[in-house]
Amino acid sequence: MAVKDYLRERFFPHLWCPGCGHGEVLGGLIRAIENLGLSKNEIVMVSGIGCSSRITGYVDFHTMHTIHGRALAFATGVKLARPELKIIVPMGDGDALAIGGNHFIHAARRNVDMTAIVMNNRIYGMTGGQFSPLSGSNISASTAPYRTIDKSFDVVELSKAAGATFVARATSYHAQQMTEVIEKAILHKGFSVVEVLTQCPTYFGRKNKIGDAPEMIKWFKDHTTPIGSKAKQEHPELIERGIFVQQEGPEYCEEYQKIVERAMKGRS
Amino acid sequence: MGKNVKFLQGNEACVEAALYAGLDFYAGYPITPSTEIAEHLAYRLPQIGGKFLQMEDEIASICAIIGASLTGRKVMTATSGPGFSLMQEALGYAVMAEIPCVIVDVQRGGPSTGIPTHVSQGDVNQARWGTHGDHAIIALTASNHQDVFAITVEAFNLSETYRTPVILLFDEVVAHMRERLVMPEPGEVQLVERLRTSVKEGVDYHPYLPREDGRLPMSDFGGVHRYNVTGLVHDMWGFPSTEPRVVHALLRHLVDKLENRTNELARFKEFFLEDAEIILISYGSSARSALHVVEERRQRGERLGLLELQTLWPFPRDVVRNRCAGTKAVVVVEMNMGQVMQSVKLAVEHPERVFLANRIDSVFITPADIINILRIIQGKGV
Amino acid sequence: MAKPKLKQHHINRDWCKGCGICVELCPKNVLELDDQDKVVVVRPQDCICCRLCELRCPDFAIEVETQE
Repeated sequence: MAVKDYLRERFFPHLWCPGCGHGEVLGGLIRAIENLGLSKNEIVMVSGIGCSSRITGYVDFHTMHTIHGRALAFATGVKLARPELKIIVPMGDGDALAIGGNHFIHAARRNVDMTAIVMNNRIYGMTGGQFSPLSGSNISASTAPYRTIDKSFDVVELSKAAGATFVARATSYHAQQMTEVIEKAILHKGFSVVEVLTQCPTYFGRKNKIGDAPEMIKWFKDHTTPIGSKAKQEHPELIERGIFVQQEGPEYCEEYQKIVERAMKGRS
Repeated sequence: MGKNVKFLQGNEACVEAALYAGLDFYAGYPITPSTEIAEHLAYRLPQIGGKFLQMEDEIASICAIIGASLTGRKVMTATSGPGFSLMQEALGYAVMAEIPCVIVDVQRGGPSTGIPTHVSQGDVNQARWGTHGDHAIIALTASNHQDVFAITVEAFNLSETYRTPVILLFDEVVAHMRERLVMPEPGEVQLVERLRTSVKEGVDYHPYLPREDGRLPMSDFGGVHRYNVTGLVHDMWGFPSTEPRVVHALLRHLVDKLENRTNELARFKEFFLEDAEIILISYGSSARSALHVVEERRQRGERLGLLELQTLWPFPRDVVRNRCAGTKAVVVVEMNMGQVMQSVKLAVEHPERVFLANRIDSVFITPADIINILRIIQGKGV
Repeated sequence: MAKPKLKQHHINRDWCKGCGICVELCPKNVLELDDQDKVVVVRPQDCICCRLCELRCPDFAIEVETQE
């Protein structure tokens, strides 16, 4: 199937700004699903609120556009109710890790088999460019006219610490790798996190004078490096990309099934 | 074979009823005085292949059951005041997206942490208006375990029938009190199952296009119809719309589907109302004390009656108005500062004859408390 | 494996928002924006069919078709 066969074409062109990275992540996600040969009926996509969360409206799967920050909680319900379904949860950085931070770490801790994609553009776009917990310090935003003093979460470290069994980082510059990483994340049995560094030219780029969309994408080329590269040793400030964690762990639905079997036999 | 009689807590009666109604997915977070519901379901659900989830908070709990409901499960969560407050946004989502689910609020003293282990009925208006925006809601309650059972089954039935969240407003006294429950036999109480669409694969399915009878057949997530569910104002396909015509029609639909059926949805019990000069109106555990007063005064020849409300929302205004017509006084017995009394005053012909017998000190309202008010009304002094 | 040969670029002008990502990141300078800020193919003979424009386009507005 072609990429467009997965889209609800009547809603295009989509609502994202010119040069917004979210469309590219959508493309990467669909190519991953296409490469894996998944049927549209077996995929449930659950999102919260924000620019990135509008992604669910554009794809021809079972889609649920929920409330701000809670997508993983809804998704946990869907998955536990129907473990045979593939659950993909695209989230923005504020959605996933500010208002949704608690659900994020607990989903990782439980190791429910689903894929969280954090579309990290370091800003709240839908509301007009406020700083997020992933903006980091010294960033200009509409709610940080004197620049941010807040430190940023490291999505990878946070996910690892919370117990995610698959953790990866990709960027919108490295489009091919993004698709490959998402494929592996979907195939992974357990809670998988893919952070995609992506650009918000309208708010983050403009306010922080990084330039237009092409310039912002190139920034990811210049400021990231593969995990464990020589460049990282020489320039520790570079952001690593690739798969950080890929390990087996007891998956929540399977573990719960064991409880069901025990309970049905009358043992506690 | 003899009847299956159990001696149990109100919370357990709720659990038995939920399982009887077909509950197979529960998510919750511990909170007094509702926790026994979670504890019993953690034990019972896996025995029937159902799922019990202890989530990270009440927000996640209600979100999880809404997600599970979309796959075709019968779902419930239980909480108390503070947790119920946290659930309000997602409750509105279930209203907007028309997703069946049952939410139990075992009321305790509030506001805030209040008095967790003591009784109150202070969440009546929160059940009605806790979530933002115009909407309608069903909230039910009961005063004894047999009724807790019946009304819990009813909650699941109404939830499926009208594709709406249904709130069960119990209170600490009913929840923790132990009394007998005669378990209905399987099949004895009618159950409403999910209405699923008959639209075939490949044919356009409209998740939000009502049938002629107003009902909206559903299609399970994971099935052959892929559609969108959103908390945004949406069209009949479930896709966001800001078209004024669509916005108006959706809001009207969400409100009318319940408010226009207020009489159909009214569940209540009548005690000695035919010739009553003074009518007590009560609900939940307060109704037990109210009934005691009525029965005792009847023996002395006083013409007292009790209207026990089981549907609190939509408020059964016609029932209240009809039953109270021509009475000398109406006394609303409740454990809050008059939340149901306000609705009663709006419903009756003579609001000036409506009085309140209440307690708000976390102590269960007794017959003596009610009698004190009656004496004042009757001009007998305290 | 033989190098893929270009058949044509498919451009959806209705979906293109003129962000310039494809133009700027094309390794062979095949693309440009026209006076309406829509992408156009100006040097098709230079295209090496790397598809980076297609993969990076946030608007699903450009597709590279190769010869079988």
